Amino acid sequence: MGWFDKLRSKTAKSQEDQPKQEAPSQKTPDLWKKCPGCGETILTKDLVRNLFLCVKCDYHMRMPVWDRVALLSDDNSFVEFNQELKSADPLKFVDSKEYPQRIAEAIEKTDAFDAAMTGYVQIDGIKAILGVMNFEFMGGSMGSVVGEKLAEALERGASEKTPVVIVATSGGARMQEGIFSLMQMAKTSAAVKKLNAAKVPFISILTDPTTGGVSASFASLGDFNIAEPGALICFAGPRVIEQTIRQKLPEGFQKSKFLLEHGMLDCIVHRRTLKKQIAKILHILNNGR
Amino acid sequence: MALELDFEKPIIEIEKRIEDLKVISDAGHVDLTEEIALLSSKIEPLKKEIYNNLESWQVAKLARHIDRPSTLEYVKHICGDDFVEMHGDRLFGDDPAIVGGIGLIDGRSVMIIGHQKGCDTQTNIYRNFGMPHPEGYRKALRLMRFAEQFNMPVVTFIDTPGAFPGIGAEERGQSEAIAKNLAEMSALRVPIICFITGEGGSGGALALGVGDKVFMFEFSIYSVISAEGCAAILWNDPNKAKEAASALKFKSTDLLKAGIIDEILNEPLGGAHRDHKKAAEEIKKTILKYLPTLIAVSADNLIEERYNRFRRIGKFAGEEEQENG
Ligand SMILES: [Zn+2]
Repeated sequence: MGWFDKLRSKTAKSQEDQPKQEAPSQKTPDLWKKCPGCGETILTKDLVRNLFLCVKCDYHMRMPVWDRVALLSDDNSFVEFNQELKSADPLKFVDSKEYPQRIAEAIEKTDAFDAAMTGYVQIDGIKAILGVMNFEFMGGSMGSVVGEKLAEALERGASEKTPVVIVATSGGARMQEGIFSLMQMAKTSAAVKKLNAAKVPFISILTDPTTGGVSASFASLGDFNIAEPGALICFAGPRVIEQTIRQKLPEGFQKSKFLLEHGMLDCIVHRRTLKKQIAKILHILNNGR
Repeated sequence: MALELDFEKPIIEIEKRIEDLKVISDAGHVDLTEEIALLSSKIEPLKKEIYNNLESWQVAKLARHIDRPSTLEYVKHICGDDFVEMHGDRLFGDDPAIVGGIGLIDGRSVMIIGHQKGCDTQTNIYRNFGMPHPEGYRKALRLMRFAEQFNMPVVTFIDTPGAFPGIGAEERGQSEAIAKNLAEMSALRVPIICFITGEGGSGGALALGVGDKVFMFEFSIYSVISAEGCAAILWNDPNKAKEAASALKFKSTDLLKAGIIDEILNEPLGGAHRDHKKAAEEIKKTILKYLPTLIAVSADNLIEERYNRFRRIGKFAGEEEQENG
């Protein structure tokens, strides 16, 4: 049984003997990670236990997809949709590598089939549909599979009157899928509109980084837009802007606090309280039931 | 004067020789009518030969040609005097990189919205080279809602390098502005016809592109990223733009094959910049051809079909390949 299967059985089925903090993490974790906030070198296993928060400065480091699912869902409640959906190579795209090879490598590296997973969850006992993007899979870029899974999740939310929570983390479009990638922006945004029309809540969680085509589509369209502290959230990345306007960008530009101050977010929520906060919002929206 | 593209040189050389011969001939020293006719007869086949075999990066140059007609020029040719421009998003400002207003096309009222580039350096600075800020997209959305209110179809012209990457644009929510347009257009209860007239640059283009019908001019492009941007990221070398251009498959023929657009509109020989009026006629003809059918569809069916049009887009492993369509 591969790691992925073990993981699935661990998360999806009953495994009461697993201590809760030992969330399933990436396949071959580096032994150490350096904190981008304070530069401290931290043992990966300590990070995993600490929800990928820096043990010294509390910096919110990027969280692997399964750890995120574990963070937000009640034990063993995640039931994945469309797990094996894989991308084609519609453009026969080749740069320094062929696109199918890049996908194969990403699958090997992450044990996921693409950069998003979706499924039913219970969040503090409230039934919801959860989508989580996977930055480790080609930078969380949105191609056909990500677009399809998220659109399907949003449509299910609309037809089954079940609230939808999507955790975004993405460098933007999947360039190797060209125009098909661009069109996922329209597809997912239209699906959010469908959810709106059904009067079912959509909570968008923007984590580090949420940029480009993901930021400029479903991720900005939450009924609630919630960010984690210190996340980079933008349309155009800081480097592109610096090159365009040829000036240094102000400190904190395009970070969560900046977005909150400019009216783009409802709140910034610490990772430790994120699940509670989501549950609270859903509870209030549902007349306290 | 008109910008010359390198692949146009053979044509321009012949045209110059004809001009020279005409000068000599008109001076009355020798009769060169036959020579002139012979050279003239070579131009058209040569143009066809050149323009039917352009590479992706060459098409991108045509799509960005400074003399290519802009939205307001198309409006002038299509609506004549029957057009009133509308300004402002009612929230922050008026973005000159997106224009819009109400007009008549053959006695039918329509809302026309499009990116607006300049025609020289000065006007391009004013128009920010057709790169909108959030207020541009919000103006567009205001105008679309106006169209819905008064039951007018919407026609959009898409021609932008992309949404502007700048401090003010980020502060005012470029992402949200684009995303909101995508969502709202998907459910707007009037017909939407989109024309990619020049550069269809990424999300900044798509934000006017969620329509019931999407048409593309022959030498326009529509892409998730510019060839230069893609080369810089994936090849780590901006000089690989030619390679990136062909890899991205952003020509009109590619998009038709991919099922993203409905039809390719022919351009005047040599490109739309060589005959603005003729290019505008092509657009007008297309609007008049499709508008009656779209107007006849109920709003519910219209938005359902529009939703499905975009919902279907995506390619997955294990699907039957639908090549040579
Ligand atoms: Zn730290």
